[in-house]
Amino acid sequence: MSIDLSQFKQTFLEESNEGLDVLESGLLALDSGTADDEVIHAVFRAAHSIKGGAGTFSLTEIAGFTHIMETLLDEMRDGRREISKEAINVLLTSVDVLRELMAAARDEVSPEMARVNEVQAQLETVLNSTSADTVLTQDDPDNSAAAEQSAGWLIKFHPHEHMLRTGNDTVRMFKELASLGDLENSADLSALPEFEHMDPELSYLSWTIELKNNEQQGAIDKASIEEIFEWVEDDCDLTIEPLILSSASDESAPQNDVPPAEQSAVAAQETVENVTPIAAKADAKPALKASAKKKKITESGSIRVGTDKIDSLINMVGELVITQSMLSQMGDDFSMDKIEALREGLAQLERNTRELQESVMRIRMLPISFSFQRFPRLVHDLSQKMNKKIELKMLGEQTELDKTVMEKIGDPLVHLVRNSLDHGIEDPETRVAAGKNEVGTITLNAYHQGGFIMIEISDDGAGLPKDKLLRKAIEKGLVSEQENLPDEKIYDLIFHPGFSTADQVSDISGRGVGMDVVRKNIKELGGNVDVTTEEGRGTTFTIRLPLTLAILDGQLVKVGNETYIIPLVSIIESLEIETDNINTIAGTTEVYKMRDEYIPLVRLYDVFDVVPGTTRLQDCLLVVVEGDGGKAGILVDDLLSQQQVVIKSLETNYKRIQGISGATILGDGTVALILDMSGLLTLAKEIEPAQSYA
Amino acid sequence: MSDIQDIVGELDALTDENAEQYLTFILAGEEYAIDILRVQEIKGWNKVTTLPRTPDYLQGVINLRGTIVPIIDLRRRFNLPEIDYGPTTVVIVLKVFGEEHDRIMGIIVDAVSDVHNLKYDSIRSAPEMKGSVDNRFVTGLTTINNKMVVLMDIDALMNSAEMEVEPESI
Repeated sequence: MSIDLSQFKQTFLEESNEGLDVLESGLLALDSGTADDEVIHAVFRAAHSIKGGAGTFSLTEIAGFTHIMETLLDEMRDGRREISKEAINVLLTSVDVLRELMAAARDEVSPEMARVNEVQAQLETVLNSTSADTVLTQDDPDNSAAAEQSAGWLIKFHPHEHMLRTGNDTVRMFKELASLGDLENSADLSALPEFEHMDPELSYLSWTIELKNNEQQGAIDKASIEEIFEWVEDDCDLTIEPLILSSASDESAPQNDVPPAEQSAVAAQETVENVTPIAAKADAKPALKASAKKKKITESGSIRVGTDKIDSLINMVGELVITQSMLSQMGDDFSMDKIEALREGLAQLERNTRELQESVMRIRMLPISFSFQRFPRLVHDLSQKMNKKIELKMLGEQTELDKTVMEKIGDPLVHLVRNSLDHGIEDPETRVAAGKNEVGTITLNAYHQGGFIMIEISDDGAGLPKDKLLRKAIEKGLVSEQENLPDEKIYDLIFHPGFSTADQVSDISGRGVGMDVVRKNIKELGGNVDVTTEEGRGTTFTIRLPLTLAILDGQLVKVGNETYIIPLVSIIESLEIETDNINTIAGTTEVYKMRDEYIPLVRLYDVFDVVPGTTRLQDCLLVVVEGDGGKAGILVDDLLSQQQVVIKSLETNYKRIQGISGATILGDGTVALILDMSGLLTLAKEIEPAQSYA
Repeated sequence: MSDIQDIVGELDALTDENAEQYLTFILAGEEYAIDILRVQEIKGWNKVTTLPRTPDYLQGVINLRGTIVPIIDLRRRFNLPEIDYGPTTVVIVLKVFGEEHDRIMGIIVDAVSDVHNLKYDSIRSAPEMKGSVDNRFVTGLTTINNKMVVLMDIDALMNSAEMEVEPESI
């Protein structure tokens, strides 16, 4: 019977990614010296299961690569190797390579081997550097001699009684062994009980296997034998000894008694051998690269959901069903005296529905640690690169937010953290001179506030140089010299496109592209980002994001016969129009004087080409909104209610329309469009010139 | 006589692998046919929510049990004279296969007519045509009850309708 393994491949890849995260965070913990034994064990286990899984799915590159990592980790685990900074760094790079390999496996493209080989070579250098000196000396001569003389391997395989229950099949294993060389197998039947006492699920047999090198296939790697027994390692007694034809085989000690170091040394040797052919293949790299780009399979996302969440959902659906049957029973023979019970039932239905909605939403909620977990690595790498000493603190990692929001907030967060690292935290000398601790601190903090999630990225670095910012802004003509800007406006300048105060452009940041993109991305999510800073004391960026993209608070407005929804977050205020405050520029562009600023007027019925209820400005209301391009006043006929609306995409069945971010279904079943302020304001600007010609 | 032949023909077609069922509808006195497996449902015309800055034949969107479905007025799409929507005016909700993803869209027609089994060999190819209904949208012609019926390619029609919204994509 053959099982189609491909169906499990996706699961394997997902699990492996989790394994890689464990690896990475473990390695970082080792690096900072905070690790105990348990951490290194966890790291080793993660590498081990990735290797095992990769072998099962014939992902040979991954399996081979992980094997070397595992060897190195194994030595560290046993305390035979010092946990050096270099080793950790190489291992961290290896994690990256593994990620790439996994991605290639997922997309079913051939991975780019050049980098893999390069890192593999680094790993081997580390592996050989000390282990060659300290470990190999112990019994290297013996071992290599044994390996050379042996004409094959003598395997003693005694499964524990319960091994078959784990789904392992000895016949399959023997077949695989037979594929390596000439197999002679003798079974030991002595433990076999009488037939009536036999439990068919238990294993009573043990085997002595002679696996001889055959001429076509050449010498057999011990590793490939071990690989076959990989899954049963813990469920059997296994010895693998070199088979020496001339002399008695019991001359050499059973392999299991030899320190595992020897095995790893063998493994190291083998991998060195393995490497050469692959390295030779590096010439073929361009071709491989091309094929890697050719195929891109769209990733189908999946979420792991806690069983408690699912259980509570099932409970709620149960309640909903009960309420429904109660109501339908009532409907069968309804009389007016049951009206009170009906009302109660409907209230219950409403409660059930709301609870159900909340729970379903909660499924999409993930703790922000998913997004935070990449930062320890980032900070580790960058601080080394820049010779800064930085400690990363993360708070509120369990704060939950919507998966979609999380995916989109990742890059802006990375950008902000890089910024703090590069511009915020000073180098150790400057810090000491300023009387600060030479180790800088970057704090990531997440918490809920109202319907929003707040994420703070703060550093205790130099803070934003106010004067420099102002000078630069004047230089660029963004503000005039006479202008007296409040501090917060000055700091806000950093979000202006093309604005950078870095004296030197580094590859980390300073090109002035970035902060404006960060703000734009965050605004697209319906959030905002602000900065507060104190010179010499540090900077804090505060990101405010809606918890979910599926629901928003909206203001319903009426224009002619149409109802539109303006997101409440974009609205600054709504006011009645005083006609005296309306001015025109060039006769067509209307601006409204609101207190001390002029804001452009947008006649929504013009932009959207609908028949307005009235064109008399006195009868209209002005909704002042803030979009990407600044403030604007939107003319509407009337304000209706405020309510939470569920966002439905127009793109599902149609396409994106500029100025509209989606649609929703109102209480009466009709569809209302949700306005996208940034898009709308751009649109309004575009159609303005056309009007002026008219 | 011809009726009987038709009925016999249809019975044949029912059991025939080389036949498919088609829904026919009326548009300005002409009869059109679409693959019935694409029809999700047929519903009466109700008020729609208009979408700003879209072609005039895109009537707007409706709420179909929680899904936002765009509705296209086929008369306007084909530049036929407009009429007031009457009691027979219906919206045929269709599944449209697109390049990127499948969509649910609705078309407004004067009336639905019937369901017919059509054998493949009864379908003739359409002559070269010009105008708003061109060959791209027509898979063939057939005769039912001595009347010509136009077999329409829903995917081509609806995807092109969507394309034209965005002039820069041409």
